Amino acid sequence: MKEQDQERKKIISVSNLSKIYDMGAVKVHALRGIDMDIKEGEFTAIMGHSGSGKSTLLNILGCLDVPTEGKYYLDDADVSHLNKNQLARMRNRKIGFVFQTYNLLPRTSALENVELPMLYNPEIRRKERKDRAMNSLELVGLTDWSGHFPNQLSGGQQQRVAIARALVNDPVIMLADEPTGNLDTRTSFEVMKIFQELNEKGITIALVTHEADISKFAARNILFRDGRISKVTIIKNIKDAREELEKLPPEDEEMEEEKINKLI
Amino acid sequence: MNLLNLFVIALRSLNKNKIRSLLTMLGIIIGVASVISMLAIGQGSRDSIESQISGLGSNVIMVFPGATFRGGVATAAGSAQSLEMDDLEAIRASCPSVKYISPVARSNGQIIAGSNNWNSSIRGVFNEYLDIRNVEVESGSRFSETDEKRASKVCIIGQTVAENLFDEYTDPVGEKIRINKIPFTVIGLLKEKGQGGMGEDQDDIIYAPFSTVQRRMRGDRQNISQIFISAVSEEKIKLASEEIDELLRKRKNISKYEDPPFNIRTQTEIVEMFTSTSNTMMVLLAGIASISLIVGGIGIMNIMLVSVTERTREIGLRMAVGARGKDILRQFLLEAILLSLLGGLIGAAFGILSSRLFVTIMDWPVTVSSYSVVLAFSFAFIIGVFFGWYPAGKAARLIPMDALRFE
Repeated sequence: MKEQDQERKKIISVSNLSKIYDMGAVKVHALRGIDMDIKEGEFTAIMGHSGSGKSTLLNILGCLDVPTEGKYYLDDADVSHLNKNQLARMRNRKIGFVFQTYNLLPRTSALENVELPMLYNPEIRRKERKDRAMNSLELVGLTDWSGHFPNQLSGGQQQRVAIARALVNDPVIMLADEPTGNLDTRTSFEVMKIFQELNEKGITIALVTHEADISKFAARNILFRDGRISKVTIIKNIKDAREELEKLPPEDEEMEEEKINKLI
Repeated sequence: MNLLNLFVIALRSLNKNKIRSLLTMLGIIIGVASVISMLAIGQGSRDSIESQISGLGSNVIMVFPGATFRGGVATAAGSAQSLEMDDLEAIRASCPSVKYISPVARSNGQIIAGSNNWNSSIRGVFNEYLDIRNVEVESGSRFSETDEKRASKVCIIGQTVAENLFDEYTDPVGEKIRINKIPFTVIGLLKEKGQGGMGEDQDDIIYAPFSTVQRRMRGDRQNISQIFISAVSEEKIKLASEEIDELLRKRKNISKYEDPPFNIRTQTEIVEMFTSTSNTMMVLLAGIASISLIVGGIGIMNIMLVSVTERTREIGLRMAVGARGKDILRQFLLEAILLSLLGGLIGAAFGILSSRLFVTIMDWPVTVSSYSVVLAFSFAFIIGVFFGWYPAGKAARLIPMDALRFE
């Protein structure tokens, strides 16, 4: 196990990473020298309270921001000092984002929402774009909903569309920022089930959450406190989202039906 | 992102806010429509002046004798006796840009035919004069060379004169009339020409050979009170007038810096004189109209700024999935340009329509020229770019992570 681990490629490698926000009078040290790696195929949960630096780290990992100090290698490329346009290209080709608030474009069909990242990649032609978007929707089980607008979808479905969108450009890593923050327990578990299924297919996932029970679905938990990594836990008994879903009290059939009717 | 995708996105976003887009476009619509109709009114009045002046003839140049001073007192322009037949012949012989040339001797008098009488003006001219002034003979004939040489007592009369002297059953051609008691034979009847540029009746006229009027009616042999010349083409009018000026100065020993005792007026100059007022008017009207275009542009900027704020999260998301600042800039810029172009299109339609209305309802001479449509349209486009740039730039400069969290 250990040997196999070392053979695996490092998707993310950060060393001595610091981020200081200059707020004029005060300097806020959001990150104080982070060293961490994420290897290919890993499912990592980044935990911590608000202000612990986990969101700052996610922004840097997601190429939305650059570190004040330290090195960040993404898929073997140094991205610590890229300019805005180079960062945009990195985000487009290497990273898939999932947000707490889904961030789907309103009045735009699920399929077109999924197509969005590919619009910013001129190498992908129209036909391929559509095919890939459909494949992506299939992975999250929403093939039949491709023509629906976000307001016709439930929260869980919307988040699944967002996951499909994150997958569509075939990223080296998927970054999820509190993806279950707006969802009830059952839907949260459903979303986690999709993450686990994708991870089984070999997709590297890093997930930021402050919910301890959600982090237990990931193989490795990294706890942040005051801009530093305070604890790294390898989860022995990874929770299986499929099993957890079965354990939940069954939903009222009638209510479910009503819900579906409303959606249709 | 390619242009087609951008186009689709922009169209869709305009479509999502139909009323808002339409209201925003209204400024541009009104602006473009008014620019086009104002220019059409200006152009129309210009055209009508030009067509009236073109009734003067084709490529006409007129030479008058200047004013003279007798003991320091100026006499009326044209009263100097400075133009003679020799000058005319010299112009004919040595000015290559001159096509036709004819002197004009003016007179007027009482005309009697049978029991009817009429008072009209008589012009003594060469046969060529009819070509210079585009005067056509409806029936009968023009003057012959012999008529001019012998100072024959023949004339060609206008429609108004014919109506007043003869009843409608009589063909005037071949009839005898008396002009100031001198008997003339009518050899031709002019085609109706209608009202002239100054409101005068162009059909109330009698033409006779120059020599006839000059000798028999004015008793003058040498001096010419006016010369009508036509240049070989419109482009050569200026050249011809320069040739004439040079030749006459040489003949009369007048240097370039002195005022000559003759005046040369070209048709172009006359047209310019009359159209300069209407040009000023047109520029003024179009200027006022284009202010509304600019106001429309400010409206676009305003709405685009609102739109950028509203869609901050969308911008953040687009950036997060790989849009560069440039992509965002293009997207919003194209939206602004589409707004103004669509407005321009609708405005152009309205402008053309309202110009037509001016024609039918108010009977104004209105001409919609294609250049005014192109002008108004490109002006609308420039306004779209100009006023769209600031909001689009603002969108492009957003920081993705802040935009994503914008509430």
